Amino acid sequence: MTSLAPAEAPLYELYEVLVTWRAGYLDPRSTSLKHQVESFLASSCSGGGHSGPLLARVGVSDVYYLEGDALERDRVESVSRVLLSDPVVQDFQVLGPRDVRGAALLEGSFEATVLKKPGVMDPVEASLIEGLCDLGVHGVRVRTAVRYTLTGHLGPLERRLLGDKVLSNPAIETVFWRVPGELSRPILPFLRGSKPPFDRREVPLQELSDDDLLRLSRDGQLSLNLAEMQSIRDHFASLGRSPSDVELETIAQTWSEHCCHKTLAATIDHRSREFPEGIRFDNLLKQTIRRATEEVAAPWCLSVFVDNAGVIALDDEFAVTFKVETHNHPSAIEPYGGAGTGIGGVLRDTLGTGLGAKPIVNTDVFCFGPPDLPHGEVPPGALHPMRVIRGVVGGVRDYGNRMGVPTASGAVCFDRRYVGNPLVFCGSVGIIPRSRIAKRVAPGDRIYLLGGRTGRDGIHGATFSSVELSEHSETISSGAVQIGNAITEKKVLDVLLEARDRELFRSVTDCGAGGLSSAVGEMGAETGARVVLDRVPLKYEGLKYWEIWISEAQERMVLAVPPEKARELEALAASEDVECTDLGEFSGTGQLVLEFEGHQVSNLDMRFLHEGRPRNLRESTYFPPERPAPVWTAPESLRKALHGILSAPNVASKEWIIRQYDHEVQGRSVLKPLQGVEEDGPGDGVAFAPRFGSRRGLVLGCGINPRHGDLDPYRMALSAVDEAVRNVVAAGGDPDRTAILDNFCWGNTSRPETLGTLVEAARGCFTAAVGLKTPFISGKDSLNNEFRVGDRTISIPPTLLISSISLVEDVHRLVSMDLKGPGNRLVLVGSTHEELGGSQYFLYLGVEGGDVPDLRLPLALEVHRAVHRVIREGLALSCHDLSEGGLAVALSEMAFAGDVGAEVRLDRVPRGSGGGGCERDDTILFSESNTRYLLEVRPDQVHAVLASLQGLPAAEIGETVSYHILRVLGLSGRPVVAESLKDLKRSWKSPLNFR
Amino acid sequence: MNVIQPRVLVLRSPGTNCDEETAWAFELAGAKPERLHVGALLRRERMLEEFDILVFPGGFSYGDDLGSGAVLANRLRSRLEDDLGVFVASGRLVIGICNGFQVLVRLGLLPGWPGEKAVSLVENESNQFEDRWVTLRVESAQCPFLNGPRGKNGWILRLPIAHKEGRFLVRDPESLERLRSEGQIALRYVDESSLESGWAMQFPRNPNGSIEGIAGITNPRGNVLGLMPHPERHLRALHDPQWTRTAARRGLPGDEERSGDGFVLFENAVAYARASFASR
Repeated sequence: MTSLAPAEAPLYELYEVLVTWRAGYLDPRSTSLKHQVESFLASSCSGGGHSGPLLARVGVSDVYYLEGDALERDRVESVSRVLLSDPVVQDFQVLGPRDVRGAALLEGSFEATVLKKPGVMDPVEASLIEGLCDLGVHGVRVRTAVRYTLTGHLGPLERRLLGDKVLSNPAIETVFWRVPGELSRPILPFLRGSKPPFDRREVPLQELSDDDLLRLSRDGQLSLNLAEMQSIRDHFASLGRSPSDVELETIAQTWSEHCCHKTLAATIDHRSREFPEGIRFDNLLKQTIRRATEEVAAPWCLSVFVDNAGVIALDDEFAVTFKVETHNHPSAIEPYGGAGTGIGGVLRDTLGTGLGAKPIVNTDVFCFGPPDLPHGEVPPGALHPMRVIRGVVGGVRDYGNRMGVPTASGAVCFDRRYVGNPLVFCGSVGIIPRSRIAKRVAPGDRIYLLGGRTGRDGIHGATFSSVELSEHSETISSGAVQIGNAITEKKVLDVLLEARDRELFRSVTDCGAGGLSSAVGEMGAETGARVVLDRVPLKYEGLKYWEIWISEAQERMVLAVPPEKARELEALAASEDVECTDLGEFSGTGQLVLEFEGHQVSNLDMRFLHEGRPRNLRESTYFPPERPAPVWTAPESLRKALHGILSAPNVASKEWIIRQYDHEVQGRSVLKPLQGVEEDGPGDGVAFAPRFGSRRGLVLGCGINPRHGDLDPYRMALSAVDEAVRNVVAAGGDPDRTAILDNFCWGNTSRPETLGTLVEAARGCFTAAVGLKTPFISGKDSLNNEFRVGDRTISIPPTLLISSISLVEDVHRLVSMDLKGPGNRLVLVGSTHEELGGSQYFLYLGVEGGDVPDLRLPLALEVHRAVHRVIREGLALSCHDLSEGGLAVALSEMAFAGDVGAEVRLDRVPRGSGGGGCERDDTILFSESNTRYLLEVRPDQVHAVLASLQGLPAAEIGETVSYHILRVLGLSGRPVVAESLKDLKRSWKSPLNFR
Repeated sequence: MNVIQPRVLVLRSPGTNCDEETAWAFELAGAKPERLHVGALLRRERMLEEFDILVFPGGFSYGDDLGSGAVLANRLRSRLEDDLGVFVASGRLVIGICNGFQVLVRLGLLPGWPGEKAVSLVENESNQFEDRWVTLRVESAQCPFLNGPRGKNGWILRLPIAHKEGRFLVRDPESLERLRSEGQIALRYVDESSLESGWAMQFPRNPNGSIEGIAGITNPRGNVLGLMPHPERHLRALHDPQWTRTAARRGLPGDEERSGDGFVLFENAVAYARASFASR
């Protein structure tokens, strides 16, 4: 039943305002849309037998609908002139209720008006209403739309495709078409909700069979397994009653994979070649990730794994928080909204850490399908990768930029298996006074809801994130799609941090997955809580009480407020136009009581809610197929291979993305993501000085390589941790003050072999973190990243992201990756082995298998420390870590970023002992062995540097030169690469420049 | 000696996001900045006249939902127009940075001519938000932010831009001519071949397609400045992405934290305010 019903007849005067760019001015929106439409048509509607261009013209206009009692035309016209249009470049047209709608369309033209579906957040509406009020126009309801006018040879099928695939997203939008001959098409943009009658429901579980329990779980989108359903049934049997619908929903949210890591924390029996008899993990997470942190025992870790983000010390007064989240399934269905709310959500994690940290940097890492995938190869129900890329980047851009938080650090990986299930990792770093890290709810505290209003947005998001996507997901799960409003969240941020400094609350958490149910349930776990659901401010009428309780509407925070501070908090929020509502109290009864319209609809034991979940017992296996060592012949031309690898999407420049992010807002950025003469070279780490007037800094980096996961998940983890550490050390970070975060994105782990790869990766995390002395401070997992088409399931490769954050004592010591000038020496630190498994070189050649790079401990830690010492002493002019594409790519990037040529000799490269086959030019150039850095050093300082690196694999391998060429001499002494920097750079820069 | 601290109002609204670093810039330059929500002015809890310098910082006021700066400008015009007029007429200083520039243009305080709106800041030709560093030349001899102890007409400086709607357009050729003849063009984007005169024509040196490379303008008197680039993001040497290269050649300046080009604008403004408004 839907309670949003179309209005019968318009009761009010309805006006349509159309704002269009005046001819003669370049309208970039139309230009870029034309380009997108043409490339779509070219790749998906070819062979139509048309001659000439398919599309002659594209126009984009904004449409505003205004509806109000006795709204007069001249008011609408004056509003349009003053507020809705720019008189220098735009024209507007007002259509009143009695006007014929729209001019006649020319033959071959048609019009598509795209409106958001009812209930989908449209931030413009709220701003428009504020603007109207300032002009004295009150009581008006507004909707907005975009109208596309297209002229060209397009049939009905092509039009529909265009509408669904380019102009709108059917998950959140509706297209109204108009074709020539039609004078008008009634567009009724206003839908009115009505309040449903109160209806308390109980869910009788007592008589249900196991099958019935499972069906109930599935049909109700509860995502609970049989044991869990049984223990809920038994709990309520012992109470002698049935659960209410909202009690059942609360339990499902709290016990969801998203909220409690039930797979990683399960008891797992693992078997592998190493453990043929099996090894039991009582709690994988505790025994790997968290144990590593305990063993490293870094005194500067202030709060780990307990709050919404990990917290480490910055200095005596301030601490730094870091959290990375995923928002994969929402981004698969609605990339723009999904990625935007991903950023919005992780920013609220920062705001909800301690008593509120101020976000100062965002990170973003994406895994996409190949951007050049032919449209015909996109499985039904999935969006084309290019659409996902544009949407996700746009979502992160618009939300992050509006929040005023620089998005500055990240990575992008491409693989066909991400087509139906892209990955979107959003991270957030914050700063917080050390005196504000501790929080504790006291019985009697008021429960306040701060921020946005509640609607049906994202209902079942927490449970939805734990099911696989399918070709039907875009229709059945669109309720789980969320659209954010960054400005609401910015206002919440402003109020919350001021309230923190005035000590107006005792605890805070964000409304994320599970909405109020998780937030209040978590905060009141020890005390109990009583919430009056009628008090929750709603976006529109018609929500049932359980929907209010589990809605994942964005931009909301829950605060525990001492009663004597409540009025001051309300006044503060009012002064910044932020809603702040008293919902009830943290009671002291240990019960979770919900009331609605005077009825009690929940009375749930907090202890059962948080401790009643039966532990899962899972089996995992890891027996990878025996693969013969790969045999390959080097291609005739290594220079061609180098160009090929530089232009591989995984390696190529991500400048198109980076520039769309405001990566410098807040004035804290002191080492940019884009470096070098033309500010386009790829920095390893980015650095920030969190406190104005202080030289202390932070460096951020990350490590990810899903292709390793296919071959050896254990070594994937070793390599990811090492790469994350290299990133920050190469920029000047201190390896002994580096913390890391884990994000596991896996397929369906109910398959023992899939869970087995996860166990292997977790073990690798432990080994690497202890060996490199980098504690984990926070983490998150996202399982069931699969996409089903018919009876075929496509699982993503095991994908582990390690994010790193490192302290730098003095930001003056930071170093960039671009070569600084001719006549300097190049010193390679770390040894090269034949480790090409999962490498860009093998991908280029199409060779399968091979050894995934190992991590050599304890040597690796010594190398990281030694390189840091060299940088800290100011002896490195530039430093770049060797990762994808190995030495060849690192050297190319350093050279073209600095526009300084170089000449190196491969026979000088320190190589692994014991042969290992590292006797080939191509292996030395392209191997991706871990723990390697390339340093540029002044000739008079080479001795000092090499002395500092004594006992470690390190050698001077060449020098920088005054001509703009990269020359590599092979083992035989003959040049194997001699390329102009310009050409190398072009190969690297052109592939992902989507403009 | 008691040094006078000019009082600076850094005006916040929902979506403002450069207020903190802009306030810090003024503090570093010796002023006394206060970040104040626009609501406090609208409710008359605080008055513009308490301040010497008014700042419209960067951000996305009200989400820029109806066009950049539109809602804030509409709100100020409908409820605070007279106070703003008095403030500007008194010769006190106003600066609008990025979104603040867009607000000043929509308010009509820039170019400060009576009658129909003559200039506009619209979507970049690239149709994209762009964050990049640009080179600029000071074109004004009368703007106190750009002329003072350190900056002057002809000075070349580097600042970052970060916007989607920064393409400066004029209604007609007469408006452009008037901007020129009244000396209201304050800053131009330049490239290697136009350092001395002229302007950058091509992307990315002209990052948004602005006519004649115009990056900032003043009112006829020069006390109101609007600019798309962000001076508050180049206070210290380390803000400049080129710093690792310059430092490799000649080390870092001793006063690294105040040696960014953008800092000069704040220093100049504070020096001017000290000299001009000391009597009040």
